[in-house]
Amino acid sequence: MTNSINELENDAKCVFLIGTNTTENHPVIGYKIRQNVLKNGAKLIVADPRRIELAELADVYLPFKPGTDVALFNGMMNVIISEGLADREFIETRTEGYEAMAKVVENYPPEAAAEICGVDAADIIKAARLYAESEASSVCYAMGLTQHTTGTDNVKSCCNLALLTGNLGKPGTGVNPLRGQNNVQGACDMGALPVVFTAYQAVTNDEAREKFEKAWGVKLSGVNGLTLTKTINKAYEGEVKGLIVIGENPMVSDPDLHHVEEALDKLDFLIVQDIFLTETAQKADIVLPGVSFVEKDGTFSNTERRVQRVRKAVSNVGDSRQDWEILCELSTRLGYPMSYNSPEEIFEEIRTLTPSYAGMTYARLEGKGLPWPCPNEDHPGTPFLHKEKFNRGLGLFHAIEYLEPAELPDEEYPIILTTGRSLYHYHTGTMTRKAKGLDEYMPENVVQINTELAKDMNIIDGEVVRVATRRGNIELKAEVIDGIRENVIFTYFHFAEAAANVLTNADVLDPVAGIPEYKVSAARLEKIQ
Amino acid sequence: MDIKLTIDGKEIEVPQGTMLLEACRKAGADIPTFCYDPDLKLAGSCRMCVVQPKGWRNLVASCVTPAQNGMVIETESSDVVEARKVVLELMLARHKLTCHTCEKDGECNLQDYCYRYGVTESRFAGKVHNLFKDDSNPFIERDYDKCVMCTRCVRACEEITGARAINVMDRGHHAHIATAYDGSLEDSPCVFCGQCIMVCPVGALSSKIAAGQGKPAQNDKVMTTCTYCGTGCTFELNVKNDKIVGVTSNRDAEWSPVNKGALCVKGRFGWDFVNSPERLTTPLIKENGEFRPASWDEALDLAADKIKAVKEQYGPDSISMFSSARITNEENYLAQKLMRAAIGSNNVDHCARL
Repeated sequence: MTNSINELENDAKCVFLIGTNTTENHPVIGYKIRQNVLKNGAKLIVADPRRIELAELADVYLPFKPGTDVALFNGMMNVIISEGLADREFIETRTEGYEAMAKVVENYPPEAAAEICGVDAADIIKAARLYAESEASSVCYAMGLTQHTTGTDNVKSCCNLALLTGNLGKPGTGVNPLRGQNNVQGACDMGALPVVFTAYQAVTNDEAREKFEKAWGVKLSGVNGLTLTKTINKAYEGEVKGLIVIGENPMVSDPDLHHVEEALDKLDFLIVQDIFLTETAQKADIVLPGVSFVEKDGTFSNTERRVQRVRKAVSNVGDSRQDWEILCELSTRLGYPMSYNSPEEIFEEIRTLTPSYAGMTYARLEGKGLPWPCPNEDHPGTPFLHKEKFNRGLGLFHAIEYLEPAELPDEEYPIILTTGRSLYHYHTGTMTRKAKGLDEYMPENVVQINTELAKDMNIIDGEVVRVATRRGNIELKAEVIDGIRENVIFTYFHFAEAAANVLTNADVLDPVAGIPEYKVSAARLEKIQ
Repeated sequence: MDIKLTIDGKEIEVPQGTMLLEACRKAGADIPTFCYDPDLKLAGSCRMCVVQPKGWRNLVASCVTPAQNGMVIETESSDVVEARKVVLELMLARHKLTCHTCEKDGECNLQDYCYRYGVTESRFAGKVHNLFKDDSNPFIERDYDKCVMCTRCVRACEEITGARAINVMDRGHHAHIATAYDGSLEDSPCVFCGQCIMVCPVGALSSKIAAGQGKPAQNDKVMTTCTYCGTGCTFELNVKNDKIVGVTSNRDAEWSPVNKGALCVKGRFGWDFVNSPERLTTPLIKENGEFRPASWDEALDLAADKIKAVKEQYGPDSISMFSSARITNEENYLAQKLMRAAIGSNNVDHCARL
């Protein structure tokens, strides 16, 4: 997030949610947005193919077609420019690339955008005005925006909208991705990415590489590595021979699970470090038992960049070991000795190599933690970014045309399938399905179907149906609801036995981010006789 | 502008608009409360916080009475004590006194105040309602025979979570907390965040997941950060005999900057997977398609041998690592360091894209 979570309750005068079912997936952030609307009268715009809980409170609800995000943004920007609602001063002093962007946006008058998105032009106009005219507008998104073949374009469009209206660099504004996992921000900050070291220092940058070579005392590769999605494809093609998986479950979380399984089967070795024998661990040659969050010390970085302490409360289970100790042992056996006395000692090394964490110490993180960048020990941390200037200097507009999703409905697969999470489960269910209350409350997967579609197909609520795509099919109960577009169905990806990712597409990824298009698959719904 | 008043003989200054409760606490007086909650709208209903302004005809509820310039307040006068005792007796009249099995034993306001004022029984014992709610949900126990009708749960549900699942039903002696039509939580807009448990001053609301495993008052508490979504809520792990037995809120913004104690169903009730018998307890090596337990040395040696063999034959870029969005920063740092420095490839990623 460019801005911080509590600004969504206290400072934002307008919140635009697109591709985030906030009350289910970031519940506490959802509460805050709701309170801002109810107590302070903040305006709320919700764009989602499903009528999510917060849509009930929205000033404008846009039930747009999955994958038409760019058209929606361009339509809103068209209105903002043509009605003179753009922040001219901000554009002139803080941005570049406006003309090229504006030229593309000209092609998206609200009526044309509405046609693509399947919503009313009047609602696009209303949303554009609310966002542009409010004193501080914040746009929040999650995987609903990013898990598309145009995911990168979607995010850039989001930035265009914020730049156009000067909604960056002050409280209650910003471009705010709500990140879905406890430490996904931290994993990225720490360089668990194929193209960067810590703090996004590029592996292809000679200076950065030399810095790490010096610190680590070893020559490093300057060739960008493989993303997770590409790794699976390369394993399938026989180019990746060995895989180490730590606390991840690609056998449930990755697209096209039959393809994932075949890829893993081709590996010379699979080593899995986890706390449970997950679907992925079951396929491993070697399983190394790590520890859960209650058994370890360390830090997590949340979606607002706040680094907070994790504290060990109980002993390791059985003969399991601290994950950092396992990594040190393995590295040492590979001829690169690593030895630390504690997570704090590791953190001390991190801060010497990571400018945004340089001012943090465990002592300073006690209590409420610190949001990065925190470049020195006197720095109070940074609740919101881009106050006076952007990292690159001027904020860059991108001219972005709408592109259709990779797989559109056709005669054989006439429905759009989109996937996501439930309030009651988390990711591949490794943890929540072993939590008694959560598993009892939601023991199995369902597919949400619009009432009209269900009526047409003679499907009743609770009936077991089959959902098929070009990759495979699953059988699960139908949940018949009003609050979903008529030709869209939705299912959860938490359940290995009716796994949504059997259905999803691994062939086409976003060309920049390599993210799969989980939010749009052409599907067929079948009655089981 | 500040105003001056005298509380228990002590002169203090507070800003105009300060409620007497806050002024009294600032002066060091220990004012008992049930319905007052600093994060919720004022209810002024329990009358436990009454104090005596000199020259006034009545005692006043300090939580809803603004301090006035020149006021002289007594917080423990005999009238005040008598009034508070009556309030406690009225509460006891419909309170199921099962402190010995109550989860709240040891940190219950009713218990503490009865102890403080020596109230052992009620003069007003009469008809007893059976208000225990047999609610089939797996998360929240609702035993309204212990409810003191402070309505903090109602206000937290509305003002923190915004679910508006519960409210006061009926009036007078029949008043009780209920969902619409007095049904189950499952059939209401309840999202099982448990903010109601967080604010309940007595044992009327409690966690079914933690029930019977250790009274929160007696558990050790360890502040940590939640392992589920990226919001970064913090909470207290409750520990007893080296085992996690519950999760409770710490509402201090200095320790809970993002959520101020508020949680969701997963944070408050989804912690028990750590005690699952399915947890891995030993390294495993697969032989002929079956896993067998192995020592750490054997498993790590074998892992290193396999990595070295593939690296030698096919080069470092034939090996990949999926690090994790679940593990800590320190562990992620070491994971990518291992991949880059020990194996020699940048093939490290994690599920940020999934």
